[in-house]
Amino acid sequence: MTDNPIERAATATPPRLARRIKGLSDRAIAWIFVAPTIFLLLAVNIFPLIWTINLSFTNFRANRPNREVDYVGLRNYERILTDSDIWLTMQATAHFLFWTIFFQVLIGFTLAWLINRKFKGNDLWTTIIVLPMMLSPAVVGNFWTFLYQPQIGLFNYVVSFFTGVDPSSFEMIGSVNLAPWSIVIVDTWMWTPFVMLICLAGLRSIPDYIYEAAAIDRASRWRQFWTITVPMVLPFLMLAVLFRGIENFKMFDLVVQLTGGGPGSVTELTSINLKREAFEKWRTGYASAYAIILFVTVFGLASVYVKALNKVKER
Amino acid sequence: MSSYSITEPSKRQKWVAGVLVILYAVITIMPLIWIIATGFKSPADAISYPPKVMFEPTLEGYVNLFTTRTRVSPEALQALPPPATWYEGIVRNRDMVIAGPSRYGERFLNSVIIGFGSTFLSVFLGTLAAYAFSRFKVPLKDDLLFFILSTRMMPPIAVAIPIFLMFRTLGLSDTHLGMILLYTAVNISLAVWLLKGFIDEIPREYEEAALIDGYTRFQAFYKVVLPQAATGIASTAIFCLIFAWNEYAFAVLLTSGTAQTAPPFIPTIIGVGGQDWPAVAAGATIFLVPVMVFTILLRKHLLRGITFGAVRK
Amino acid sequence: MKTAKYLAATALTVAGLGANGAAADDLTLCWAAWDPANALVELSKEFEAQSGHSMTFEFVPWPNFADRMLNELNSGGKLCDLLIGDSQWIGGGAENGHYVKLNDFFDKEGISMDDFAPATVYAYSTWPKGTPNYYALPAMGDANGWFYRRDWFENPDIQAAYKEATGQDLREPESQREMLQIAQFFQGREIDGQTRYGAAIFTERGSEGITMGATGALYAWGFKYENTPGKYDMEGAVNSPEAVEGLEFYKEFYKTATPPGYTDSYMEQGLDAFKSGQVAMAMNWFAFFPGLYADPNTGGDKIGFFVNPPQNQAASTLGGQGISVVSYSDKQDAALEYIKWFAQPDVQAKWWALGGYSAHNSVLNDPGFKDSAPFAADFLEAMGAVQDFWQEPAYAELLIAMQKRLHDYVVADVGTAQEALDKLIEDWTETFEDEGKL
Repeated sequence: MTDNPIERAATATPPRLARRIKGLSDRAIAWIFVAPTIFLLLAVNIFPLIWTINLSFTNFRANRPNREVDYVGLRNYERILTDSDIWLTMQATAHFLFWTIFFQVLIGFTLAWLINRKFKGNDLWTTIIVLPMMLSPAVVGNFWTFLYQPQIGLFNYVVSFFTGVDPSSFEMIGSVNLAPWSIVIVDTWMWTPFVMLICLAGLRSIPDYIYEAAAIDRASRWRQFWTITVPMVLPFLMLAVLFRGIENFKMFDLVVQLTGGGPGSVTELTSINLKREAFEKWRTGYASAYAIILFVTVFGLASVYVKALNKVKER
Repeated sequence: MSSYSITEPSKRQKWVAGVLVILYAVITIMPLIWIIATGFKSPADAISYPPKVMFEPTLEGYVNLFTTRTRVSPEALQALPPPATWYEGIVRNRDMVIAGPSRYGERFLNSVIIGFGSTFLSVFLGTLAAYAFSRFKVPLKDDLLFFILSTRMMPPIAVAIPIFLMFRTLGLSDTHLGMILLYTAVNISLAVWLLKGFIDEIPREYEEAALIDGYTRFQAFYKVVLPQAATGIASTAIFCLIFAWNEYAFAVLLTSGTAQTAPPFIPTIIGVGGQDWPAVAAGATIFLVPVMVFTILLRKHLLRGITFGAVRK
Repeated sequence: MKTAKYLAATALTVAGLGANGAAADDLTLCWAAWDPANALVELSKEFEAQSGHSMTFEFVPWPNFADRMLNELNSGGKLCDLLIGDSQWIGGGAENGHYVKLNDFFDKEGISMDDFAPATVYAYSTWPKGTPNYYALPAMGDANGWFYRRDWFENPDIQAAYKEATGQDLREPESQREMLQIAQFFQGREIDGQTRYGAAIFTERGSEGITMGATGALYAWGFKYENTPGKYDMEGAVNSPEAVEGLEFYKEFYKTATPPGYTDSYMEQGLDAFKSGQVAMAMNWFAFFPGLYADPNTGGDKIGFFVNPPQNQAASTLGGQGISVVSYSDKQDAALEYIKWFAQPDVQAKWWALGGYSAHNSVLNDPGFKDSAPFAADFLEAMGAVQDFWQEPAYAELLIAMQKRLHDYVVADVGTAQEALDKLIEDWTETFEDEGKL
């Protein structure tokens, strides 16, 4: 008898089946198991990506099947990078990215720190806080337009209740100055729990003995916070920022439902702008170049960031 | 015995922390409660100023959500036989009659079909791939895993451009099959990464013991690993389902009627003459509540799911 | 159970045979979700009974209508057999092969376009514009008009206050400027214990709202798309001094005479504002007027209607749609059958009676038409001076540019009217260059 389990299994099964199983090495099984996934991703992700790159050098329009398609070289890229309107949407996106991450980190970390005080019932309240982030952004965004209505909306009413301002005196979505903040508020409302959960995991990963040792060394609470808590949580926090950064760079559903990019174009984030180019103006070639530029940007920024993250982790 | 511990927060600290967290939780939950409450308001109460906290609940929003109605003249209304059902009665009170069912039911059903279909496929394929990545030496494993993850970095609108053309060529536009395949492709990266984490945690010794007992690889996978990974598979499935359930960008661009899911449909619910907020709220409530329930059930695995298994707690 | 099914199947077959020997189809008609659509459902019951075909309707709210239906057409979808598409889609529908060309069918069935009002045939059916190539049958005539609170306008106290404030009589405005003056008079005024506002106008950003609203003023001032039709020479037409003045007027109107929060409002919001008693006047499509007149709270003798007032000239913004057969449909014969049925004069008469705006001469030229509804005469007057947006195949691109430039200037306070229109020419020039037309 042999020690090889597969040989043993083979001898224990009928000959025909055994031959088949013998034939299937682990390597073959591995490939059989992985192949469908890879195939699907090739078909739905990689092939389209290559197609997009190809289209980005043409003047193709998906709504004009009968028109001749010409290769225009880098003209689409040139037009996008020199278009001042597109730079404005980039600015709007940057504003949105910066402030959502800022508030979510600030509030999320504070909440995690508070929850980690382990008061009674903290599990229940954590679950409640987490609810908004699991919901459909489009549906929630649509309903927030109702909450933001100048007179009848809950938001203005609550603000006026606490500050005494007339609830019909300001329009969160309609005003040029407030609209960029209206989308920051809703995104922060939705996604702060995400940062909070990750920070909480970070806080809970710090072993008690480190604080005990610091206490013996008579380090103040303040010092402990800055020399132990913050550095230990930092990798977690950076991971949260990475996720939020990528997600909000792609942001479409929530904001398109909330403001549709308006008023004017002050909340027209890149994805909304891209949608207009690709599916309303149907400038497919141009929009493909736009998509590639966005992809390279996300990919580049993310790679640089991940390098930084790994450095922090190594420390 | 002293109860003092350096790592255990003091009573007062706990109390202050508790109050602040509860305050935040109450504020954060308010919009959700408002959605649910608005679903039970009459149209007039829904847009009253100042907003009404106390109101007489009515099912009008739900009736309006599921029906289409036409306005008729009071004389014509008088001539009709008395309403046969309670919902007829509600509609008649507004000088209208029910013209037929609305599209909400169909759209909701589409969400269910596409959501469950794509979840099943992505978990099925994901489990196989995750098992292979976890147990075998796959050439270029790390590259493949990263490739699988990186597919999530593309903005959906950018991906939608070639997909739109592809679907048009293949006749998959506005079909359930097309949407299931697309959502499966999007979800599979999540499924592989999460499930690999779960399967990594199952000790290899179990399978090896099974193999020695005469199980084949398939049998060992099927009879030993799968039951062990059941919780992981279940929570992965729920995460995939939630994604497909909530997805908007692809749905709005690639479906128009036959396969349209609820998220692009709900914002377009309008009543007779004006946005019918109670009906929108009712539609949103029916749509959001399942996810809320899942979130509560999943709370132990939540962190893992939302970070692609990067943080396991 | 089985018997019942069998019987039902037999009944269906018999009904189908009874009609014209063709199999019974289930036709899907796509249109916007609004008042006239409900009337069309009612009207179509007769067709179902006569033909044995059954009708399914896919109505999409206006803000999403163009987006979704153009997407559907561009993806070669089979959702709609019949489409009542907006007037500006005709160019794209014809050139890209979305719509079936109807000339042969019209000839065969003896349907003559001379039986329909010339303005509607030109706008809804022909491509290239004005040539006898038909891709739709005029289904619904429409234009942008105005309505007001007659009860307030006729209230002696309010009349006196207006006279005191302006030195003039309060009446249906006869110019754009007078309309603004009236709106400003009502803005913030307390009537019956509530604060009221001037007028609800279109400011919507996402689809076509602000363009459809602002062109009401632009056309009246003398805005033109081209100096010479068909030449795409826009410099001096689009940004003429009159156009600039018209656009500045629209912004002034928006800033000084509209209710708070109406920064992104179109048809529905405007109707809401009027029906809830917030505003003294509102602009909207004639399509809504039957419903407004029937409204129990603000309709009847409380409402009056008027045509978009002239300034330098009389002009109204065109709405309305033609009905087309979608070329991707598998049921084109049944769909054509529907159009044939719809074109009959008695069906057209019933269409008007139910609240749809027939474009058929037998209805419009009927001596009783003007008095058949309080807005019927206004409708005829408006349709006599309508202007439409570009109907080019690239219409969507042209519209998006105008939406952006107008909303940026009017609502978001970016730049001046002159700059907005100059930039608009740049955008449009780029589009026409891409098209190879410049």
